[in-house]
Amino acid sequence: MAEKKQKKKTEEKKEPEKGKASEKAETPAEETREEQEEASKETSKKESEKESSEEKKPEKTEEAEKEKERIEDYEQVISKKVRSLVFGVLSPKIIKKMASAKIVTPELYDKEGYPVDGGLMDIRLGVIDPGLKCKSCGSKLKECPGHFGYVELARPIVHVKFINVILNLLRCTCRECGRVLIPKNRFEKYKSQLDRVEKELGLEMRRKKVSDIISSLKTINKCPHCGKKQQKLVIEKPTTFMENEKRISPIEVRSRLEKIPDEDLEIFGINPTHVRPEWMILTVMAIPPVTMRPSITLESGERSEDDLTHKLGDIVRINQRLFENINAGAPEIIIEDLWDLLQYHITTFFDNNIAQLPPARHRSGQPLKTITERIKSKEGRIRHNLAGKRTNFSARTVISPDPMLRINEVGVPKIIAMKLSVPERVNQWNTEYLKKFIERGPEEYPGANYVIRPDGKKKKITEETKEASLEELQPGYIVERHLMDGDVALFNRQPSLHRMSMMCHKIRVLPGRTLRLNPAVCFPYNADFDGDEMNLHIPQTEEARAEAEILMQVQTQLISPRYGLSVIGCVQDSISGNYILTKDLKVSRKKAMEMLYSVGADDFSSLPRKEEVSGKEIFSAVLPEDFNFIGHSKLCQRCIDCKREKCERDAYVKVEKGKLVSGIIDKSSLGSESGLMLRDLHVKYGPDVTIKILERIFKLGIEVLTNFGFTTAISDTDLPNVAEQKIEEVMKKAREEVDVLIDSFHKKELESFPGKTAAETLELRILEVLNRARNQAGLIVAEHCDKDSHTIIMADSGARGNPLNLAQMSACVGQQAMRGKRIDKGYSERTLSSFKKGDLSPEARGFIRDGFKKGLTPYEFFFGAMTGRDSLMDTALRTPKSGYLYRRLANAMQDLKVEYDGTVRDASKRIIQFEYGEDGMDVSKSEKGTINIKRIIKRVT
Amino acid sequence: MATLKEYQDKLPPKLFEELKDETKGMADSKAKKVAEAVYEEFRMSRVEPGESVGLVGAESIGEPGTQMTLNTFHFAGVAEMNVTMGLPRIIEILDGRAKIKTPMMEIFLKNPYNKGKDIKKIALSVRETVFRDIATEFLINLADSTIEAKMSKKKMDDLSVTDNMVLKAITGTVKGITARIKENVLIVKTKGKEESLNEIYRLKEKLKDIFIKGVKGIKQVLPVKREDEFIIITAGTNLNEVLQLEFVDEERTITNDIFEIADILGIEAARQAIINEVYKVIESQGLNVDIRHIMLVADTICSAGRIKGITRYGVVSEKSSVLARASFETPIRHIINASLVGEVDELTSVVENVMLNQPIPVGTGLPGLVTKSTKVDK
Repeated sequence: MAEKKQKKKTEEKKEPEKGKASEKAETPAEETREEQEEASKETSKKESEKESSEEKKPEKTEEAEKEKERIEDYEQVISKKVRSLVFGVLSPKIIKKMASAKIVTPELYDKEGYPVDGGLMDIRLGVIDPGLKCKSCGSKLKECPGHFGYVELARPIVHVKFINVILNLLRCTCRECGRVLIPKNRFEKYKSQLDRVEKELGLEMRRKKVSDIISSLKTINKCPHCGKKQQKLVIEKPTTFMENEKRISPIEVRSRLEKIPDEDLEIFGINPTHVRPEWMILTVMAIPPVTMRPSITLESGERSEDDLTHKLGDIVRINQRLFENINAGAPEIIIEDLWDLLQYHITTFFDNNIAQLPPARHRSGQPLKTITERIKSKEGRIRHNLAGKRTNFSARTVISPDPMLRINEVGVPKIIAMKLSVPERVNQWNTEYLKKFIERGPEEYPGANYVIRPDGKKKKITEETKEASLEELQPGYIVERHLMDGDVALFNRQPSLHRMSMMCHKIRVLPGRTLRLNPAVCFPYNADFDGDEMNLHIPQTEEARAEAEILMQVQTQLISPRYGLSVIGCVQDSISGNYILTKDLKVSRKKAMEMLYSVGADDFSSLPRKEEVSGKEIFSAVLPEDFNFIGHSKLCQRCIDCKREKCERDAYVKVEKGKLVSGIIDKSSLGSESGLMLRDLHVKYGPDVTIKILERIFKLGIEVLTNFGFTTAISDTDLPNVAEQKIEEVMKKAREEVDVLIDSFHKKELESFPGKTAAETLELRILEVLNRARNQAGLIVAEHCDKDSHTIIMADSGARGNPLNLAQMSACVGQQAMRGKRIDKGYSERTLSSFKKGDLSPEARGFIRDGFKKGLTPYEFFFGAMTGRDSLMDTALRTPKSGYLYRRLANAMQDLKVEYDGTVRDASKRIIQFEYGEDGMDVSKSEKGTINIKRIIKRVT
Repeated sequence: MATLKEYQDKLPPKLFEELKDETKGMADSKAKKVAEAVYEEFRMSRVEPGESVGLVGAESIGEPGTQMTLNTFHFAGVAEMNVTMGLPRIIEILDGRAKIKTPMMEIFLKNPYNKGKDIKKIALSVRETVFRDIATEFLINLADSTIEAKMSKKKMDDLSVTDNMVLKAITGTVKGITARIKENVLIVKTKGKEESLNEIYRLKEKLKDIFIKGVKGIKQVLPVKREDEFIIITAGTNLNEVLQLEFVDEERTITNDIFEIADILGIEAARQAIINEVYKVIESQGLNVDIRHIMLVADTICSAGRIKGITRYGVVSEKSSVLARASFETPIRHIINASLVGEVDELTSVVENVMLNQPIPVGTGLPGLVTKSTKVDK
């Protein structure tokens, strides 16, 4: 039962005095100010909500009474809800009505440092000093949301932000009678036309269209209603209107705007119930509450005022002076000057970044941050404080791996566990249990930090208060106890690019000072351990905890909504380990049992009873007994006549009734983003079992490596002489080929590709030859290297690296390409000064002949550095670009959701899709976006 | 397949077809069992109401965006033509830019042309030929105030341009001149009185760009063999005119200019084009994104009936909520305009509610459940 509340966005207006403003202001400590501002903004909003709801109440009487009774029962359950916000412009009347003080003096404090009555820090506008009480509402600091004040302006002032609207209105209406310059008979026709324009192109285009229509009517010179002659109106930026070279004062502007009848306003898309155009010319100005512009006290005891207060001070001072001068009958010219100055100050109060005006500055020369600057941009109120908020009950520190943790656990240091807390409500069954926590207090783990009484008072537990707290503890109290094993927490790593960047883990309190996580979840977080930090949040209500556990826990996020495959899988060592294990390892039964036991499996019945068991049998022991799976390992060549179990590469992975019959287990079965076996496990056994099996497989891989050793040695890159010679030959041949090409190019015999010049053709062909040579070298390396070397095992299993990396180390690094071309930048006609001009040979254009092991020549190294730098640049430039694209996408699509009728709609219920993805399937519940009919058939039959 | 009939309406068409294929030759009862199981699984994997598919879609495209290369150029198949690929291309498509960096067409041909008949000639006939392409030298004859342009016979033959075509094109485009051709030299004279040198020079420059034949906008052509047929890849696009050529297979010929597709083939075709183009880029980067996410983005862009980019001027400006618009870009403008109209923000989407610390109407925030609490006697 939401109460309808209205909030009006008010446009306040003010004036400052030129130049002098800057002298007054001091630089305040930014941070604290920001925070206070934030707080005050929040509260002021709430206040306005409250106000309007009060206004509303008297309207509905009896009915409301009944309703109220009914509501009361639920009141504790349902919190109030804002149903809608209305935007509008404040009329002078409302400004005065909502103000609790009239501001008449620019002074802030008297000699004692007490706020002056009628000054800008008047305590009727709210309090920012501890100890004082607000004169308007009687509440103390932090309770009082602040109240508006107002200034009576001596002369009307134009509001900068409405300047374009005002100009448009003046130009399109008669200067005498105020009617729109459209003849009556065409009125309706244009109105519908304009409505259409607004619908399609927006409000601004509508207004532009009005003036277009009027100029096309050629009635500019004569009003169709009263027949008066019209004048040409121009604007002298930022705030002066000129008619026939003569300035028209805001007073005149205001009186013209007053004349425009309500009906005609609708043509401009202005709603007369919310806005009268004359309100855009200020006669009174609202003064924002002090709570949104708090002063800060420096260490020296000096007060430093907020930028807004400075600006307001200028406005009030000049305004007073203007009053005095007018009353004293000062010459017109002085009054005009002061008027302009007032206009300047009020303009910069709203926006200090107007192109034609010098920004108002602090004494230090730094521009003042006035209202517009406070709201806009990433650091502004909207994006910084409203769309994004800070939280309590969170922790952040360095992460490190711990494969012995469960996948859905997070290791939390004891120090953190004693700072963060979980509120637990006392009831008749857990009183004794919670008392123990209080007894242990905040110093001893697991203890408690605070006790909250039912009235909301929070008490810290200390040695002294312990007794009292224990005494009074009874059902209804809340104890904030330390984190314990099994509590739920949200774990997050920035940048949070997808929903798997924030998952729910169960807490495991551990010694040490880092957050610990299972390396299998590194992939979704995109984390590594080179100093990465991660955040931990502790949900504080039952609803939040339930939601986190049911919707966000790691196992529920196994299948990525992006492509429908598991995002969590074995990584690095555990892949190599399982590869070695299932390839051709044989160990004694005793050893096998040892390994399995340390992995967490304690049922050895499936292990064959013989002296020596194979790795495949050990692997089978961790699989469920009724599991069937057919897949291919990474080395599978996709032969047309697959030999199945007899495959000489052992690439046909077959699991039958929980036994690995054939095939080597590697990345394509277990890896994250690719593991098909994981997918099948998930479909058949559900997330919880899959996680358990995955944990075992993961640990098994590591166990294998710890038992049998694993390293990558430089000797892995050694090549036999035969291979060296072959590579030498390939390189020589390539070199000759290139020479021939260059030669024919110089002789102009080279036939160019269509649409390309001869030089471009040459480049392409050389590039092709050199790449071919490098690939051949790679093949030779692959052919001759030691297949059992650990480096090769890593590449073959998909754990890390690829054959090309090996070739680059042992044989040839290859052509360094920039933007798809050989390197051709540097000196004129050559890359480095050590080459001849016009040298097109491979080595002069960035071809690195030898491998990393043999070493690079200085110029080769330099070319390598060039491409390295280029790719760094690429990354640096790409990140903000893709970040912006992402932000736009997220902003445009965040409110699309599936409705109960299965359609996808946006927030205003416009249909975007009749059925999500044309078939209504959720990618994260599918297998790679489809339903696997073949498997269903197998299962059913 | 009468047994499956009842599932025809229950399952999406594609899945139903697959099911039909897979159960071919099965006994009826068995097929029915399979169909039931498939339907059950389909039912289980449907999206739940309230699912925030928009954000999931944005994540699914935004996240791999960080992994894409910025490399603007990529060689399309053969080594000769540059196409914008990678992140810049995605940005270009989603921005809804009317002018794309590298417009391109793939022209499919009808039999027998797609088997290679006259392929070179056809390709050249599509290409836009301007006078510059056949001229080799320009001279300004000051004495007679004429322009003499030498034309290459060879080039003219290659492009099958005749003297007459040149004359017609020139006199047809530029008014107030006489032109004749003498021994491969085009002589242009202004009809009017003495023209200043400046003007003659300007005329000369104009001559260079006179369109003689082919299809306007097609800057380059390249016949390539794809699988077992020949197609023509072009730089520059003009879908409208190309489709009217008689040797073109209208059904498969395609351009990468989405606005052009929207103009000529309609918004649904443009939507499909967006899906195809985005998918192509993502695939070429070796990334894995489900097509549904791309569809949703394409539908968002096209749902207004026109192409609206994902920018503050496009899709975002359509939002009903003032605060949602303000939280994106140019907040002040949106607030000011809202205040003039007296706009009401009904708080129906996500950000506004985040701003007000209220539950968002998506996912678990959607259903409004109320429990009656019983008061415990004190």
